[in-house]
Amino acid sequence: MTKDFKRPDGRKINELRKITAKVGVVPNADGSAMFAFGDTVAIAAVYGPKKMHPQHSQNPEKGTLRCSYNMLSFSVTERIRPGPSRRSMEISKVTEWALEPVVMIDDFKANVVDVHINILQANASTRCAGINAAAMALAHAGIPMKSLVTSVSIGKLDKQLVTDLIKEEEDWEEGEGPTDIPITLTGDGKISHIQLDGKIGRKQLEEAVELAREAGKQIHAAQEKALKEVGEKK
Amino acid sequence: MTDRKIVIPGEVIAKGDDYLPGEGTEKRNGEIFSIKFGLAEETNKLVKVIPLSGVYQPRRGNVVIGKVENVTFNGWVVDLKTADSAFLSIMEIPRYVDKEDLGSVMDIGDMLVAKIYSINKRGIDLTFKLKGLGKLEGGMIIHINPNKVPRVIGKEGSMVSLIKDETGCQITVGQNGFIWIKGNKIEDELFAKKAILYIAEHSLIHGLTDEMKNWFDKEKGK
Repeated sequence: MTKDFKRPDGRKINELRKITAKVGVVPNADGSAMFAFGDTVAIAAVYGPKKMHPQHSQNPEKGTLRCSYNMLSFSVTERIRPGPSRRSMEISKVTEWALEPVVMIDDFKANVVDVHINILQANASTRCAGINAAAMALAHAGIPMKSLVTSVSIGKLDKQLVTDLIKEEEDWEEGEGPTDIPITLTGDGKISHIQLDGKIGRKQLEEAVELAREAGKQIHAAQEKALKEVGEKK
Repeated sequence: MTDRKIVIPGEVIAKGDDYLPGEGTEKRNGEIFSIKFGLAEETNKLVKVIPLSGVYQPRRGNVVIGKVENVTFNGWVVDLKTADSAFLSIMEIPRYVDKEDLGSVMDIGDMLVAKIYSINKRGIDLTFKLKGLGKLEGGMIIHINPNKVPRVIGKEGSMVSLIKDETGCQITVGQNGFIWIKGNKIEDELFAKKAILYIAEHSLIHGLTDEMKNWFDKEKGK
């Protein structure tokens, strides 16, 4: 079954869409990056460390990481209402948790590092593209980090596991239907974020994580290449 | 010194116990990892990473340029474009100051050069007790990426003295990226500014001081 499984866009089951990564796209930010899976495009801008405002949210013991995820109104076919929504607030929080294990901002007492993620164009896996862009932007901003993170969505279409979902696959209708599992991995292969939207067995979940590790290598290579390119230019 | 190499966070720079982890690096299981995006450098078995971008991290002993943000009863609050605010106490001014009228010495909006003498939980403390520090009068201020300041200064100040000689301007470089230029004519100041911005843009060239000598010859020939 694995062999002759057909994906709507003709990709292999473990094939990612074309990755585009670029660093330094927002000149006014302290660090910025763009990351795209095919036509899912995310840009991230990092500001700080700077003093946390309002003052009552300051943490005098360690620095704070604050992420905001936003989908632009023209990023999808049907215009979405701009501004914060239940979904975007959830993804902002999840992005923060995905990045927290790698950023070393304990010394930035009472300060905050702001990460703003904007989705320019969406075709599923937007949170993964956002996290990948944020990791590069944080490195570009000179924030100390244990490693970068790589994020990818693994899907289960009916009973078949696939890498890097697109919108069409998210709405899979055959058999058991679609399951979406976004996974974020740190440099040493540990999971910093995993979500599950659907149903999956334990054995297959382990296989999904394995697929994410495989894809993570390709994403990491793209992130590394983009960062080193700006480094050489300067 | 070995060749400099661009590294990203989480990259292994050196293996084995022969090396010591320096700034911007961390030792995990006998391997030295980079924790910053920058240039990795090794001198006498000490490995460190020089960041390429990012905001200025204040350090004790740095000479910085800032703007007076507020005047309080015992000193001045100074904006250095850092996360923590800086304070210059009247105790740190090596001359008589009328305590009733601090604003007459330096008022809000004035620029100054000062040295960081301590960094603590409350913020950064500045001092004027050194030659060349004080309020800045006249001239112009430009701002560059703080990570490029070492290139503008050059080895033992070679680059700054070159620009000073070529343009006839007085130049003070703050570690936080602010640069004060004062010349006799505004044209001289603009010429110095052009030279500094050229250095900031071409900061990765080897032998930059020689390159700048040629650049000055070419610019003056025009």
